[in-house]
Amino acid sequence: MADKVIYAMYDDDDVLKNGAKKLVSKGVKINEVFSPFPIHGIDPIIGVKNTRLGIMAFLYGLIGLTLATVGMNYFMIQDWPMNIGGKPSFTYMDNMLSFIPITFEFTVLCAAHGMAVTYLIVNKTLPGMPAQNPDPRTTDDKFVMELRLSENTSFSASDLEGMLKDTGVIELDQKEI
Amino acid sequence: MHKEAAIREPLILGHKTYHDITEDVCRPIEDKAPRTWYILFAIALIIGLYGVGCILYLLGTGVGVWGLNKTIGWAWDITNFVWWVGIGHAGTLISAVLLLFRQKWRMAINRSAEAMTIFAVFMAGLFPLIHMGRLWLGYWVLPLPNQFGSLWVNFNSPLLWDVFAISTYLSVSLVFWYIGLIPDFATIRDRAKKPIPKKMYSMLSFGWSGRAKHWNRFELVSLVLAGLATPLVFSVHSIVSFDFATSVIPGWHTTIFPPYFVAGAVFSGFAMVQTLLLVMRKAMGLEAYIHTKHVEYMNIVIMVTGSIVGTAYITELFISWYSGVEYEGYAFFNRATGPYWWAYASMMTCNVISPQLMWFKKLRRSLLFTFIISIVVNIGMWFERYVIIVTSLHRDYLPSSWSMHFPSHIDIGVYVGTIGLFFVFFLLFARFFPVLALNEVKTILKSSGESYKNAPDPHHDDDPTPETPKVEAVAPVVEEAPAEAPTKVEAPKVDKKVKLSAEEAKAKAGALISKLGEGSAETKDDLKVISGVGPVLEGKLNDIGIFTYAQVSKMTKEEYDLLDELTGSFPGRAERDDWAGQAKELMNKSNS
Repeated sequence: MADKVIYAMYDDDDVLKNGAKKLVSKGVKINEVFSPFPIHGIDPIIGVKNTRLGIMAFLYGLIGLTLATVGMNYFMIQDWPMNIGGKPSFTYMDNMLSFIPITFEFTVLCAAHGMAVTYLIVNKTLPGMPAQNPDPRTTDDKFVMELRLSENTSFSASDLEGMLKDTGVIELDQKEI
Repeated sequence: MHKEAAIREPLILGHKTYHDITEDVCRPIEDKAPRTWYILFAIALIIGLYGVGCILYLLGTGVGVWGLNKTIGWAWDITNFVWWVGIGHAGTLISAVLLLFRQKWRMAINRSAEAMTIFAVFMAGLFPLIHMGRLWLGYWVLPLPNQFGSLWVNFNSPLLWDVFAISTYLSVSLVFWYIGLIPDFATIRDRAKKPIPKKMYSMLSFGWSGRAKHWNRFELVSLVLAGLATPLVFSVHSIVSFDFATSVIPGWHTTIFPPYFVAGAVFSGFAMVQTLLLVMRKAMGLEAYIHTKHVEYMNIVIMVTGSIVGTAYITELFISWYSGVEYEGYAFFNRATGPYWWAYASMMTCNVISPQLMWFKKLRRSLLFTFIISIVVNIGMWFERYVIIVTSLHRDYLPSSWSMHFPSHIDIGVYVGTIGLFFVFFLLFARFFPVLALNEVKTILKSSGESYKNAPDPHHDDDPTPETPKVEAVAPVVEEAPAEAPTKVEAPKVDKKVKLSAEEAKAKAGALISKLGEGSAETKDDLKVISGVGPVLEGKLNDIGIFTYAQVSKMTKEEYDLLDELTGSFPGRAERDDWAGQAKELMNKSNS
């Protein structure tokens, strides 16, 4: 379906944030904001939910912890118990203290890498992906707000532009997609 | 936006805008490298290659080419290993621990400090690998199924803990560093004009576009990685110290080792950061971002960790006497007064006395003094490891096997070679990577930038952003005001455009075109490439009749003013961004 996108460019993060607040209070739905750095406090305004990656990191950490425990129990207790100075290792618990460093390292390894890989995949930022920012200046010093006409059916394009002009935009652009 | 006390020194000096930050960081990457860079790179490369040659000779001949003997089985190799791992502690400490403590001064230094960490850990990892003797069997340190009756590696051994600790530390630091780099690579990608850099940086930036949701995830990932990396930093050097502490060699068998090694690592790491950054800020013109205050903060860390190290040395001495263990007592007595007294004395001077000088404010704010001390500390920390390793070993339990260690030229070659390789990596980093965390520095511009903290002088001539809402700067306390202010500032400009009657505009456009020469839509150039011209402005320029770089390149002050009257929206911008100059460059490029 043909859709029209309006890109409103700002040169200050606070101006954009206040503009977004105003627009949202009038019932406009803001589809996306592109910025060169994280704008603190924009997420609740435009309705971006908090990420759940932290929970994922915890789960990956648990996987690492389990793998390390199961692995070391198998290597050191079941498969080839070592008799060190006549002090045999027959139970995991008796030997656990010397397994703590590797258990810790492996937990961190799995949590960190698992989360990093998940982050890249859910972001769809992978090597060779094309850039999707509407204007190359949004990675420098400009901030762009994206409105979609299909999401703002109660407003016309000129209505939206009129409202945007009151928020201190420096450039307006339209695109059919 | 966080508010910061006005009495805190600003972290970004001068009147910087977001664009200035981008410019300052990207310029060294986009410009041609200065001659000094090539000279330094060549020197580092030659030294590095010499080191590689020494390593290859060692691998071909055997570890016997090192100056080891049956009493001293560990000497320069492990000294260098611990030294490099120690240096590799500052970067992640800065980016992880200081992130958790919300220390904003970290933002200017974390990128390069972490690069330093990664390269230092590369160098550290080399030593145990070559020390194995048969490097190609290095994978035996991993618990892999094998044909020796499924003999596993010993998970009780601190040496194996070390394998896991170092490889986890290296890979997690690398990931942490790269995730921060992605948005900055995107900035360089979007600025790149030549096809090859554009291609390279778009690969490296993974298609980053800066959506709000992505930033939300980015911040959380940074926070969680920092949380994970923090205990990692402390664990790595603790585990390195276990290599010694769990043995029964007098002088090594001490419980104080883990905290003392960690403090020593941070101490030497910050010293290396100082050495590198003091040169880098000057060479790359980053004095506004890394300035005396940053250096002072780092010197305070050096002072604190140096004091911890000094206390540890003295505690160790006391305990060796107080324990009543003859061997332990002798090991320390021999360190201070035996044949290696000079190593002990240099360690004590460099590591205990020199950081205490940082109590003087004048000294810790002096850049030259800091630079000298940073090198002194690095030398001292090398001697610390040398003292711990060699002097504890060289007088065995049996006086008949007492011996001395004399480094062979291969020992020296491998060590100096790793310093060369380290600088090869670091110079490449400084040349092709954004050395400042762009996206992070921009977030603190308003709270810690000088121009926002102290209201700017309205008569400041070189203030580069007349269009930035001034209200923001003058009255940072008023939260809601800025929203209204820029609207008011913008409004008259729009009016002006409307006021210009159609005939007037036509006449002016005609005058402008007659000066610049005719252009047509067929021979159109992509004017958006000129910095400061967006799609909307390009449309306006095309309406007036400006289509080519050739036309833009002829513009002077007079034409800029005419243009400003016609387009209305951005007075003074064309002149400030030097469109004519940019257009000339673009013409030359497309011709060649």
